[in-house]
Amino acid sequence: MKGLPPVLITAIVLVVGFALCAVQFPNIASTRVVGNLLTDNAFLGIVATGMTFVIISGGIDLSVGSVIGFTTVFVALAIERWGVPPLVAFVAILVLSAAFGAAMGAVIHVFDLPPFIVTLAGMFLARGASFLLSTESVPITAPVYSTVSDFALRMPGGGRLSAIAIIMLVILIGGILLLRLTRFGANVYALGGGRATASLMGVAVGKMTIKIYMLSSLLAGTAGIVFSFYTSAGYSLSAVGVELDSIAAVVIGGTLLTGGQGSVIGTFLGVLIQGMIQTYINFDGTLSSWWTKIATGILLFAFIALQQGLVALARRPTAARAGVAS
Amino acid sequence: MENSLDPAPPLLEVRGISKSFGAVRALQEVDFTLRAGEIHALLGENGAGKSTLIKVVTGVFPRDAGVVRLGGDEVAPRSSKAALEAGIATVYQEVNLLPNLSVAQNLFLDRQPMRFGIVREGEMRRRAKALLTEFGLDIDVAAPLGNYSVAIQHVTAIARAVDLSARVLILDEPTASLDRHEVEILFGIMRQLAKRGIGIVFVSHFLDQVYEISDRITVLRNGRLVGERETASLPRLELIRMMLGRELAETTGARATASDRPPREVCASFENYGKAGYVAPFNLELRHGEVVGLAGLLGSGRTETARLVFGAERSDGGQARVEGAPVRLQSPRDGVRHGFGYCPEERKTDGIVAELTVRENIVLALQAKRGLHRPLSRREQDEIAKRYVKMLDIRPPDPERPVGLLSGGNQQKALLARWLATSPRLLVLDEPTRGIDVGAHAEIIRLIRELCDDGLALLVISSELDEIVTYSDRVVVLRDRAHVEELAGETIDVTNILAAIAADGAAMQEARA
Ligand SMILES: Nc1ncnc2c1ncn2[C@@H]1O[C@H](COP(=O)(O)OP(=O)(O)OP(=O)(O)O)[C@@H](O)[C@H]1O
Ligand SMILES: [Mg+2]
Repeated sequence: MKGLPPVLITAIVLVVGFALCAVQFPNIASTRVVGNLLTDNAFLGIVATGMTFVIISGGIDLSVGSVIGFTTVFVALAIERWGVPPLVAFVAILVLSAAFGAAMGAVIHVFDLPPFIVTLAGMFLARGASFLLSTESVPITAPVYSTVSDFALRMPGGGRLSAIAIIMLVILIGGILLLRLTRFGANVYALGGGRATASLMGVAVGKMTIKIYMLSSLLAGTAGIVFSFYTSAGYSLSAVGVELDSIAAVVIGGTLLTGGQGSVIGTFLGVLIQGMIQTYINFDGTLSSWWTKIATGILLFAFIALQQGLVALARRPTAARAGVAS
Repeated sequence: MENSLDPAPPLLEVRGISKSFGAVRALQEVDFTLRAGEIHALLGENGAGKSTLIKVVTGVFPRDAGVVRLGGDEVAPRSSKAALEAGIATVYQEVNLLPNLSVAQNLFLDRQPMRFGIVREGEMRRRAKALLTEFGLDIDVAAPLGNYSVAIQHVTAIARAVDLSARVLILDEPTASLDRHEVEILFGIMRQLAKRGIGIVFVSHFLDQVYEISDRITVLRNGRLVGERETASLPRLELIRMMLGRELAETTGARATASDRPPREVCASFENYGKAGYVAPFNLELRHGEVVGLAGLLGSGRTETARLVFGAERSDGGQARVEGAPVRLQSPRDGVRHGFGYCPEERKTDGIVAELTVRENIVLALQAKRGLHRPLSRREQDEIAKRYVKMLDIRPPDPERPVGLLSGGNQQKALLARWLATSPRLLVLDEPTRGIDVGAHAEIIRLIRELCDDGLALLVISSELDEIVTYSDRVVVLRDRAHVEELAGETIDVTNILAAIAADGAAMQEARA
């Protein structure tokens, strides 16, 4: 169905890549490495899930990296300096980020502005605001943090499935269900197929736009909390460029950058591919970690070229027109 | 009815609607009345304001002045969603569905059957299937809509609107891409709905259909109301005069048949040309100064033949020749290089570039043919654009307007102009008169003849058999993706074509008259 063939290709790339890695470094094929990979990329998986919705709807959200940065600083300051209980701080930042996303969505819809511009402004705004709060790294020492970091499910083979990896998987599954099974999900595809048409068909385009960016920012806020667990600190410069990593994951996952087609599961595979490359480089030890970026870039090129090919194919009317029953 | 005591207010009452787009006054104080249970035709030339009226009433465009009452209550929907909720369902002129969604999702978008917040996919597909069966369509509803032909997409759009069970159903040129059989089915359903008390607005340029289905007619001209009549008491010539504001120039003069003229040279020939699963191999000879008509039901392989001839699709066998020399047609570029032109059926997806101006659209193919290093000067462009705007009577006659802002029929003319501007040796026209008003229709047929007398070879696809008969020297009939018969000279008439299309006689009954 929708976007399946590109997803299959992504899956094949992942499996083949993983097999190649495993041939060179047999240790890679262990639950321990896989568990770490999930933990290291938990925040990326969460934002990329939100980004998938945005991109399928024909938009883009450049603000997510900054929202993550802002969240870490806000949470750290709230807990450590302002004496707010962690849970309250979490709820507050989630509400705040959702409102931020809703505002961007509203601006995009009401003023009919390109999402690129609006979320670019959002990116500067959120990053600037986090500098305003604090320019230095604020360590978090609250007991919740060590409890959460210590928590993990044991997997066969000695691997650990950490709490933040579990959060990511839960959000991922939620995202898949939301996109696949609900009216909201169908409307996301509808918007990506054409805003004007969707509106003529009775989709409340304005409300949908607001909800989609709200979802993306909400997930970016969640990713920020997860990131703060991961680093046990809040820093205004954290997660710089994560918006680009997540866009890359979405595109590698077979979602059409022009909208209308794609899947959350593909995005997850895209995140895993990026994580796999990173892991390979760590194992190798001699390669600079910037090779991750280069490899990701090459993959991106390949996938975009592939998509263009598929789109061109799809444009041609198929020979197999269905007959009219008489 | 003439009784002034009639207490029930009309179902839909439109009073004094005005709408301007910048300097263009698309509607000026238009009134329109729709009663419950009637089928009301809204007619007028291309650009008369029919689609604009519909969009204003359904809230797609804000109106400048006027009121709309539905069942006596004033309504002012601000989006088509609001109009839907008020009880007005519309199929707009541009097929307004989403090619990336499945057929079932398109039919049930925003009103899918739900359980616990989850779309019941199976139930939705079952209902979609049942709904389309009523329209005589048996297709895989889980496949993306974009995989299907325009006709099927159009039927889907209509089925969706019908299923919304609104009080008012508006259909803007619903039959433009349907063949006879599908039109019959649609009319059956329309009559059924009207019997249930639903008011139906029907826009069409096919006057036969208007007389067949409608109870009353409202005519617009240049954005103004000309009048409202009972269909039964309005002679056709009178109707045309209302629409055009003048008499229709007589165009059905006899045409010199092939035998009266010196034999023509072969322009392009195709031997054993075909593609597996697309069109069965065929032989086709196209001569200078000759019109070859392609007739057949929808999906019989007409458009497919045209695409093969032009090079938009590759054949997997056979030999093509241009002026006797063997050529390979691998892509539309090859077609253009050999002097072919192709006016596709789907102007929205295959042809027109909505953002570009009329001038830019017209010179597009010519520029592409000349290559980038030989750009047309602005003066040449202006001249060409002006010439074709005049020749085809594109309205408003402003070459600098974005084509997307033109009415549907005028976009079609701009597309035709684009290929004429390349002075091709062979021109393939797929449904050239679709969506074009009676006046322009006659113009285009006249033009086809003139072009042909100038030595152009023409291959024309049309669902209107009368039309094919008028201008064709030869008619190739297709059935089930194969060329089944070729008629020439005296044997070309509607009955013979129908007989060839049907073969089993089924379509003969349909033709009745
Ligand atoms: N969005 C728009 N912006 C500017 N002008 C427009 C717009 N839509 C329509 N017009 C103009 O309004 C006039 C009426 O167009 P409309 O589409 O209503 O004609 P129509 O009667 O539906 O014709 P057709 O039979 O060709 O579909 C035309 O002159 C057209 O160019
Ligand atoms: Mg129209």
